[in-house]
Amino acid sequence: MTITQRFFFSLIAVIPLLINMIGMPFGWMLPGGNWTALVLTTAIMLVSARPFLHSAWAAFKNHQANMDTLVAIGTTTAYLYSLYAMYRHQPVFFESAAFIITFILLGQVLEAKMRKSASSAVEKLLDLQAKDANVWRNGKWQQIPLEQVQIGDLIRVKPGEKVPVDGVITEGSSNLDESMVTGESMPVTKNKGEKVIGATINQSGTFTMQVQKIGNQTLLSQIVQMVKKAQTSRAPIQRTTDQVSHIFVPVVLILAILTFVIWVVIIGETPEKAMMFAVSVVIIACPCALGLATPTALMVGTGRSAKLGVLIKNGEVLEAANNIKTVIFDKTGTITQGKPVVTDVVGSKQQVLEIAGALESDSEHPLASAILAKVKTEGIKISKVNNFTAIAGKGIKASFKGQEALIGNESLFTNKILSSSLKIQLTRLQDEAKTVVLVGYGQQIIGLIAIQDTPKISAVPTISTLKHQGLQTVMLTGDNERVAKAIAQQVGIDWIVANVLPQDKAKVVEEQQKKGPVAFVGDGINDAPALTLANVGIAMGSGTDIAIESGGIVLVKNNLWGVVEAIELSKKTFQRIKLNLFWAFIYNTIGIPIAAGIFAKWGLILSPELAGLAMALSSISVVSSSLLLNRTKLSEEPDFADSSNHKL
Amino acid sequence: MFKILIVIGALFLIGFIIWWFLIPRPQKAVTARTDVNHLQNVTVKVDGGYRPSTVVVYQGKPAQITFNRIDPSSCLEQVVFPDWGISEYLPEKKEHPIKIDTSKAGEYQYACGMNMFHGKVIVKKERK
Repeated sequence: MTITQRFFFSLIAVIPLLINMIGMPFGWMLPGGNWTALVLTTAIMLVSARPFLHSAWAAFKNHQANMDTLVAIGTTTAYLYSLYAMYRHQPVFFESAAFIITFILLGQVLEAKMRKSASSAVEKLLDLQAKDANVWRNGKWQQIPLEQVQIGDLIRVKPGEKVPVDGVITEGSSNLDESMVTGESMPVTKNKGEKVIGATINQSGTFTMQVQKIGNQTLLSQIVQMVKKAQTSRAPIQRTTDQVSHIFVPVVLILAILTFVIWVVIIGETPEKAMMFAVSVVIIACPCALGLATPTALMVGTGRSAKLGVLIKNGEVLEAANNIKTVIFDKTGTITQGKPVVTDVVGSKQQVLEIAGALESDSEHPLASAILAKVKTEGIKISKVNNFTAIAGKGIKASFKGQEALIGNESLFTNKILSSSLKIQLTRLQDEAKTVVLVGYGQQIIGLIAIQDTPKISAVPTISTLKHQGLQTVMLTGDNERVAKAIAQQVGIDWIVANVLPQDKAKVVEEQQKKGPVAFVGDGINDAPALTLANVGIAMGSGTDIAIESGGIVLVKNNLWGVVEAIELSKKTFQRIKLNLFWAFIYNTIGIPIAAGIFAKWGLILSPELAGLAMALSSISVVSSSLLLNRTKLSEEPDFADSSNHKL
Repeated sequence: MFKILIVIGALFLIGFIIWWFLIPRPQKAVTARTDVNHLQNVTVKVDGGYRPSTVVVYQGKPAQITFNRIDPSSCLEQVVFPDWGISEYLPEKKEHPIKIDTSKAGEYQYACGMNMFHGKVIVKKERK
């Protein structure tokens, strides 16, 4: 019989007893009197309560005691005593046993429902996967089940379809909605050569991709595995309750015996009244709420954060994140985009970019790709140049439309005159820590191009939100102080540590830890030691290659706002665990004395039935409190699309 | 006289509870058997706890624990191995094998969903 069936059985059997109880003050009695109560309660004990008795006995044989022990002892005591009382023609308490069983089963039915809904988040993630794929096999496109897809296969993905597995685009391009995996709400444009993630949705164009990862190697299943691990992990705060749980039930049984003895021997109450107090103690003390407090909150908290693209590794990380005082950011690739882009063009934009594009078209210099990207977005055609010469450490010289064209740093232009207006601009741009290249045509310097690794749009709101929450922000970088300062100013970061060699990043973390717990945010590729050393290591993902192993928290999306979400969600979840534990403890520390009849003098007593109801409510309230984590408000993510023209 | 009897009875019961539940008892560990397919298997009966509560498997060879839940209580319906991220529901009165990771030697605790009942898996280095 399932719990639900057992509950309904006892519910039906308990209704006549309930009517009897309500009717009694009006002189109305159940036909058959005690005999009816005996039959109904016996049925409940045999059908609905039998599993409790079975489990309690099995546990007893193992020298163990659990909540079933308490329920079994509480109800059988009431039941057996009533049998004896009936024989002696004294008042009976059959309904106590019947009500306790009904209430506890009601609690378990609701609790099981809620727990299932709390754990469903991860399973839903896996449902996101496509069931089949359109694969190139035997010279034609074929629809085959996902399990048969192999690494190296070519797959065609049409608009509206899901990308079946992880891979790289070999032909075509499209916009993809990756929100279900990365939590990034804006669609992402992917071109040939770029990686796509399984389970994301192709929005606009048809493309062909080559399969790189299948089965449990795909990003989605890695995420699911990590979330599952997090959900089953233990938080250090739980240790106290774990230790208590071993001795809890035996201690409660001893307390119940003492309650009985004190009421009978010292106060001189009748044994049946004393027994009611003892039974109430046993029933109210069920440690369910205590056992549910941490795992349910952990499950809901990590599940919700996974949906936002924030993977929290375990309960320990969650607890550590709660105490963070300082957040250290790596600069390149974390605060900044990690690749230089053109920020300013001085002079005639059209002409400067046309010449620069022509000169740089064959160069492989990182600055060249920034310039070419800019030329492309401006829609300028790239023309041919002749007599191309690259001058090492200086720049490029060539002839363009019959005249000499130059691009490079100041040393390339020693024999040319820089106009005073350009000179002012050059100094200004350099003060902003930008790399400036000069463009010359004919005998003149016609313009300047400033290039910088710009901060991510999400950096400014992220840093200001963190500061608003009372956290110290630090940026460390291998760049010189001037560049570091310029970036720090743009994003509003408090402290900078410049000229840090990659291997010294961990040292900076150690230094900062003297002031308090530290979170380190890095890309996870060369920051592993710093990520590990920090109290909380937050690894930024960038699309498909997330370094799951390296951080305590992994951000699937390449969006700095995830740091705010990660810290906030960890805090909220941890606070919820504390709240749950507090309630569960309070409930027992207040409930047990009341049930024992300490306040009976003032008329405050707890009958065994009410104790059963209270115990059911306590577990339900703890689980619903955990489920409410799904609804707690988080800081609003600013609309980055609006701030994209923000001058960076 | 009645009161004295009650006190004596109560003291006896309390003494019994302490002796029965609170005094630690060493549990015998059971080593998994290897079947023809080189799979280490050990059956754990789930009835008022995990019996045996400690099982031993050898490192590096595939292994599974076959849970057989006889206990109808919802307390024991879920089994959680926090180190391996395993959390599974055990069907009642059916064998339910769970594959475990034997790549690293060590002691791994597992528990029921509410962390009330505990069991242990010891992954041992193989004797040469």
